Amino acid sequence: MLRYASRRVLSAIPIAFIAVSICFFILRLAPGGPFDGERALPPLVLANLRAHYNLDQPLINQYFIYIWRLLQGDLGPSMVIEGFEVSQLIAIGFPFTLTLALSAFVIATIIGILAGMVAAVNQNKWPDYVMVLAVMIGVIVPNFLMAALLQLWFGVYLDWFPAGGWVSGRWEYLVLPITVLAWPHAGRISRLMRGSMIEVLGTNYVRTARSKGLGERLVMARHAIKPALVPVVSYLGPGLSYLLTGSLAVEQIFGLPGIGKYFVTAALNRDYGIVLGTTLLYMFIILALNLLVDLLYAWLDPKVRYR
Amino acid sequence: MKFTQTLKAVGTAGLVAMLMSSAAHAVTLNLHNGGDPSSLDPHKVSGDWENRVVGDYLEGLVTEDANAEPIPGQAESWEISEDGTVYTFHLRDGIQWTDGEPVTAEDFVFAFQRIMDPATASDYAYLQYPILNAEAINSGEITDFDELGVKAIDDQTLEITLEQPTPYFLDALMHYTAYPVPKHLVEEMGDDWSDVDNIVANGPYEIVEWVPGSYVRSEKNEDYYDAENVQIDEVYYYVLEDQAAALNRYRAGEFDMLTDFPSDQYQWMQENLEGQAHVEPFLGIYYYVMNQEEGPLTDPRIREALSISILRDVIGPDILGTGELPAYGWVPPGTGNYVEEAYMPDWAEMPYEERMARAQELMAEAGYGPDSPLNLQLRYNTNDNHQRIAVALAAMWEPLGVNIEMFNSEVAVHYDALRAGDFEIGRAGWLMDYNDPVNTLDLLKTGVQQEGQMNWGNNYGRYSNEEFDALLEEAAAEQDLDARAELLAEAEEIAMDEFAAIPIYWYVSKNVVAPYIEGFEDNAKDVHRTRWLSKNEE
Repeated sequence: MLRYASRRVLSAIPIAFIAVSICFFILRLAPGGPFDGERALPPLVLANLRAHYNLDQPLINQYFIYIWRLLQGDLGPSMVIEGFEVSQLIAIGFPFTLTLALSAFVIATIIGILAGMVAAVNQNKWPDYVMVLAVMIGVIVPNFLMAALLQLWFGVYLDWFPAGGWVSGRWEYLVLPITVLAWPHAGRISRLMRGSMIEVLGTNYVRTARSKGLGERLVMARHAIKPALVPVVSYLGPGLSYLLTGSLAVEQIFGLPGIGKYFVTAALNRDYGIVLGTTLLYMFIILALNLLVDLLYAWLDPKVRYR
Repeated sequence: MKFTQTLKAVGTAGLVAMLMSSAAHAVTLNLHNGGDPSSLDPHKVSGDWENRVVGDYLEGLVTEDANAEPIPGQAESWEISEDGTVYTFHLRDGIQWTDGEPVTAEDFVFAFQRIMDPATASDYAYLQYPILNAEAINSGEITDFDELGVKAIDDQTLEITLEQPTPYFLDALMHYTAYPVPKHLVEEMGDDWSDVDNIVANGPYEIVEWVPGSYVRSEKNEDYYDAENVQIDEVYYYVLEDQAAALNRYRAGEFDMLTDFPSDQYQWMQENLEGQAHVEPFLGIYYYVMNQEEGPLTDPRIREALSISILRDVIGPDILGTGELPAYGWVPPGTGNYVEEAYMPDWAEMPYEERMARAQELMAEAGYGPDSPLNLQLRYNTNDNHQRIAVALAAMWEPLGVNIEMFNSEVAVHYDALRAGDFEIGRAGWLMDYNDPVNTLDLLKTGVQQEGQMNWGNNYGRYSNEEFDALLEEAAAEQDLDARAELLAEAEEIAMDEFAAIPIYWYVSKNVVAPYIEGFEDNAKDVHRTRWLSKNEE
C-alpha cells in the first residue's frame, strides 16, 4: 500500500511538469497581453512594464525562467494586481475557497448518502419521488441562477440570511453559498447511493443475512452500507474538484473573498502568473484527491488490491 | 425543530450585530464599488472603482465639491500668471499625513516626478502632460527630473509651469494623477508604501483594511482639515462585479449605494424603487471606429452611408433601456470650455427614409448594393449591450447591401486587435478624463513617428487630416477661451463631416442611491466623494 502510494506520488511529477508546460505555451498563444487595455500606453512605459516582467525576452527563455523559479517554489508576481505575488493572492483566497468547498462537500455528502438510502429503502414510494424532484432541481438549475433565486427569496423577501458578502467568523453569510454549491453535489450522490443500494439489497449476501434472521437495521449497518458506498466514493474525488471549481462562480455572485475571482479575471486579463499559479494549485489538488480515492477503495472493497 | 433553532441562532446573531453597531454610533457607508482595486497607489491605478477609494484617502491641490467642480484642496489658494502658464499654489497650514509628518510642497514635486518617471509605468501619466517637460520626461527624452515644471518655492508654496496655457488645468489637478504621495515613505520603502500596513493618508479618510476580492475599508481621518464636517465615519468599498447580485444585495439593505446596475432592470426600478435609480448624462462617447488605413472603409462614401443609416434614437430607449442620448458629434454635451451650439450634421434632421435613400445612393456610387454586397467584419468585446447594439446596427445596414460578420472577443484581445489595425469596424468607447473638448478630439489626431514606427495612440481607425491636426495645435496655443472653443469646434466639424468615426450614443452614469443618503449630487463627471455624503438614519 505504501509502495503503491509513493509510486503514484512520483508518477505525478512528470504529469505536473507536462501540464505546466502545456498551460504556459497555450496561454501565450492566446492573443492580447496583460497590458492591453482600453487605453494605449506610451511605448516607453509599455517597454518598461514588459522588461519588468521579462516579457521582452524570447518565449523559450521566459519558460525556463518560470520553471526555474517554480522549482524554487516561487510562483512569480501578478502582472495586473500591482504589488502582489501570486503565492500571496493564493494564500489570501484559497483558504476561504477550500473552507467553502469542503463545508459544502461534507454537508452534501452526508445528506446525499442519507437521502439515497431513504430513497432506496422506499423505492417507488413518495419519499423516493420527492427525492427525485429535489435532485432534478439541483442538477438542472445552473448555479448562477440558483444563487440569484436564493438571494431573492432568502435575502430579500424573507430576509433570513445576508444576500451576499462576508464578515469574518459569521457563518450565516455562508448558508446561501453553501446551499447553492451543495445542492447539485448532494443530488448526484443521492442518485449514486440509491442505485447501488438497491443493487446491494438484492444481492445474495444480503438475502442470506436477512434469512438468518437479522433485523433490517443490522442488515443495513453491517452488510449493505459499506459495499453500497463504493460508487459514491469513486465520485467523491471528481465531486470535490467539481465543488472547488464550482465555487469560483458562486464566490463571484456572492462577493466572497475566495480565489475564484482571480482565476476568472486573470484569464481574461492575461495575468499569466496568476493563471499558471492557480492552474498548478488545482492540478495538485485533483491529483491528490484521485490518489486519496484510490486508497479509499482498498478499504471499502476487498476485491481491489494494489501492487 | 432544527430549523427553528437555526432561525433563533440567526436572530440572535442579528440582534448582537445590531447592538454592537448602535453601541459604537459609527455611521457606515456600504458602497457597491464594482471591481477590485489593482493597487492603492495613485500612480498605478486606472479605474473609476480605484478612483473612488484613492480619492477618499488622498487629496490633491484642488479637490471636487459635491458637484465635482474644483474647490481648494490641500492648497487653500493660488494665483495664475497673466499669460496663463505659471500657477502658484499656497498650501494650507498644518496639513499632515496620518503618520504625523507634514504635507509639504516637496511631496507634490516628488509625486509629479515619480508619475512622469518612465520606470513607474503609470497608465495615466499623460493627463499631466500640460506641465512643462512632462511628456519629454515620460517618454525618456529628458532624464533630469528637475527639469519638470513643478518646483517647491518653500514648504508651503508650489509653482507649476505649463507648456502653454491650459484652460482645463485646474480640472486636471483634481485627477488622481495629481495627488501627492508621502515622499518620506516612498523613498524609504519604494512601491511597498501603499501596502495597507504602511499606507498613510492626507484626505478625509484613511485606509484601514483591504481584503482583496471582497472589500476595502476606510475610516474617517480625524486630522483632516475639514474633519468636523465629514459625516460618514466608515466606508466599505465592496468588490462585486455581478450587477444583478449587487441589486439583490441593495434590496436586502446590505448596500447603501450602487455605482452601476443592469440596464434591463431600469424600468422595474423606476416602478418599484422610485427615485433611487439615478441615470444622468456622463461625459463619454460610445462609438465605432472604421479602419481608414486599408480596406473598403477608406472610401468616405461608405463611411457616410454606414453612419447616416443608423437610427440612433432607438438605441438608448429601446435597445439599452436606459435612455442614452443619440450622438451625432464628437464632443459630449455638457463639456466645459466649449461652444454653446453643439455640432449637428444636416442629415441628423432628415427623415429616416431620406437618409436611407441617400445611404443607398452612396453605396451604389461606391459600387455596392444588395446585389453586390459589401462584407465587413465588426469586432466588439464580449458584453451583452455591445452585442445588442452590434446586432441592431447590422440589421440597419442590411438594406444597404452590407453583410456584417460579427466577431466578439474578450477585452484584452479586442483592444490589441484595434491597436494593431487588425479590424474593419470596431466598437470603442471613451470616458473623458478631464472636462475639456481636447480630451475626445485627441482621439482623432494623426499618430506620431516614434522609433521608426507610427504610434497611433487611441486613434484606432487611424483617421488623419492635416487641417484637423493644425486646428488642434492652433487651439492649444490660443489663450482666449472663446476663440479656442471656436477652433476646436471647427476641428470637430471637419472630422465629423469626413465621417472619421461613427458616434453612436453619449454615455450615462447609473447610480442607485438609498433614500436616506443625503448630499448626493448628480453630475456629468459622476464623481461623488464620500465627504459630502451623510446618512439620515431616522
